[in-house]
Amino acid sequence: MRALILTIVLLILAFVSLFVGVGDLSASLITVSRVPRTAALILAGVGMSISGVIMQQMTQNKFVSPTTAGTLEAAKMGLLIFLIFTPGAGMTLKMLSAFLFTFLSSTVFLAIVRKIRHRNVIFVPLVGLMFGGIIGSISTFFAVQLNIVQDTNAWLMGDFSGILQGRYELIYLTLPAILITYLYANKFTLVGMGEDFSRNLGLNYNAIMNIGLFCVSLTVSSVVITAGAIPFLGLIVPNVVSMIFGDNLKKTLPLVALSGAIFLLVCDVIGRVVIYPYEVPIGVTVSIIGSVLFLFLLLWKKR
Amino acid sequence: MEKKINIRRNLWIALLLMIVSGALFLFYNLGNSWEFALRLRGLKVVAILVVAACVAFSSVAFQTLTNNRILTPSIMGFESLYLLIQTLIVYMYSDQTYRVLSSIDNFMVSVAGMIGFSFLLYLLIYKKGKDNLYLLLLVGIILGTLFSSLSSFMQLLIDPNDFFIVQGKMFATFNKINNKLLWPSLVVMTATLIIGFRMTRYLDVLALGRDQAINLGMNYNRVVKIFLVMIAVLVSVSTALVGPITFLGLLVTNLTYELFRTHKHYLLIIACIMVSATSLLIGQFFMEQVFNLSIPLSAIINIVGGFYFIYLLLRVKKL
Repeated sequence: MRALILTIVLLILAFVSLFVGVGDLSASLITVSRVPRTAALILAGVGMSISGVIMQQMTQNKFVSPTTAGTLEAAKMGLLIFLIFTPGAGMTLKMLSAFLFTFLSSTVFLAIVRKIRHRNVIFVPLVGLMFGGIIGSISTFFAVQLNIVQDTNAWLMGDFSGILQGRYELIYLTLPAILITYLYANKFTLVGMGEDFSRNLGLNYNAIMNIGLFCVSLTVSSVVITAGAIPFLGLIVPNVVSMIFGDNLKKTLPLVALSGAIFLLVCDVIGRVVIYPYEVPIGVTVSIIGSVLFLFLLLWKKR
Repeated sequence: MEKKINIRRNLWIALLLMIVSGALFLFYNLGNSWEFALRLRGLKVVAILVVAACVAFSSVAFQTLTNNRILTPSIMGFESLYLLIQTLIVYMYSDQTYRVLSSIDNFMVSVAGMIGFSFLLYLLIYKKGKDNLYLLLLVGIILGTLFSSLSSFMQLLIDPNDFFIVQGKMFATFNKINNKLLWPSLVVMTATLIIGFRMTRYLDVLALGRDQAINLGMNYNRVVKIFLVMIAVLVSVSTALVGPITFLGLLVTNLTYELFRTHKHYLLIIACIMVSATSLLIGQFFMEQVFNLSIPLSAIINIVGGFYFIYLLLRVKKL
């Protein structure tokens, strides 16, 4: 029922997103630019919020997400290093490089979390943000050497205005990741109850963790490559959904996915409307709305 | 069994090292117009000492307050706010930046902005009745992330030529120390440290943890607030003077904890100031004489500090 309502909302928004701010409509405009853009937005929204859920389950910490674990920074770094050393390489290789970096950094982060999990809940995202800061400062170092700080900022800021047919298809790689996550939803719920508990129930803990890492890295790197970094999405959407609907992933996962897509579509429409005929990159809109929402969650939550 | 470390002796060695590296930095390869070079280098040494003292005191105090070894106060949003202010100024005035706003104005605006921000942050948290320091940090960092995405957005709109003004502010540098800023910073730093050193004994108690400190009769919230204010002042001054050096604090505090295993913060902070000054002096020396200024010092510090941080997280048992 809830999923149905959210689906209807999503469809309406998708329709709005197709036609907001279009000068003259033509069939080719719709197939070349409009449909790809809306499709990319929906996939990125679903993918990023679902990665957030998986990471929260794997670390048993509600504050972990691609933003607060250095994942976004690692994907950026993979992309940047590849651009520096082999500027002419194709999309597939860039994707591979970003994927490897994301996977590696997530593995390191999980190892770190295992050590500090039992301290304060907020300590984990603090360390994650610091971790991301380090990865970021290493990339900046290379960027400064080559005088491309301003350009890399432009490339890596989340922005869907450059999405065109033929240049965004890598984002469909999020689909298998989303599918796998849904199939393994029950197992991720168990992983969220802790290592000992899930092993006790006969779960192959390490295998599930690796599947989770794989899905998150695939999603994050493909989104960063096609659209740039979108902060906070994986943090806020899962938290809001879990506050309202609880933690049974098999039931809430579709809701998280739908809300993620809706949130991103709304932010995109806002970004396109506020300074029409120009547009604010979605990385900025999401970051402003997202951080305000997150602070609200932190400070006004009952517990 | 842990090896016993002679603290007095180590302190003397650190002092000696600092003086030697300072002398090396001042007198090596002076050249013909030695009066000019010496004056210039003298200013840099003073700046390095100011920054070393600010970073050392604020980082040690901060780590004691938050009971850990891996966080530094600069991550709390100070540096991203500083960059946001700088970006905003360049965005508004583009190539007129230096004409409209003198360096001293810029310094004042930055310091006032950062201190004002920290006060708002403290008020927000303490008004809500949540005296949770980690929460304070998280809110600070989230605001910091917000500031950085705002500045990256503005940096996209800035003319590429003007962007170099911003890029020059993104990395701490001791190469162009401004006389007019140095003396006010020195005064503020000294005043804060005089108050700070009188309160180091509170840090010794705070190191036992919140509950113990309260149990021992300390007015916990008040003392913590005073320290937070001092930290804000010191971080703001050092950032506005030379620019952001995020991981310097992390590097020098941990080095200090390894070399001086003491719980007396009085000694720890003095030692940490000397360690920071020595590492900055040596780093700056190598940068000038060996690398010919090709790499920004803070970039090196960030990379070394960054890897050290990951090492700490993965290797050290207790954090």
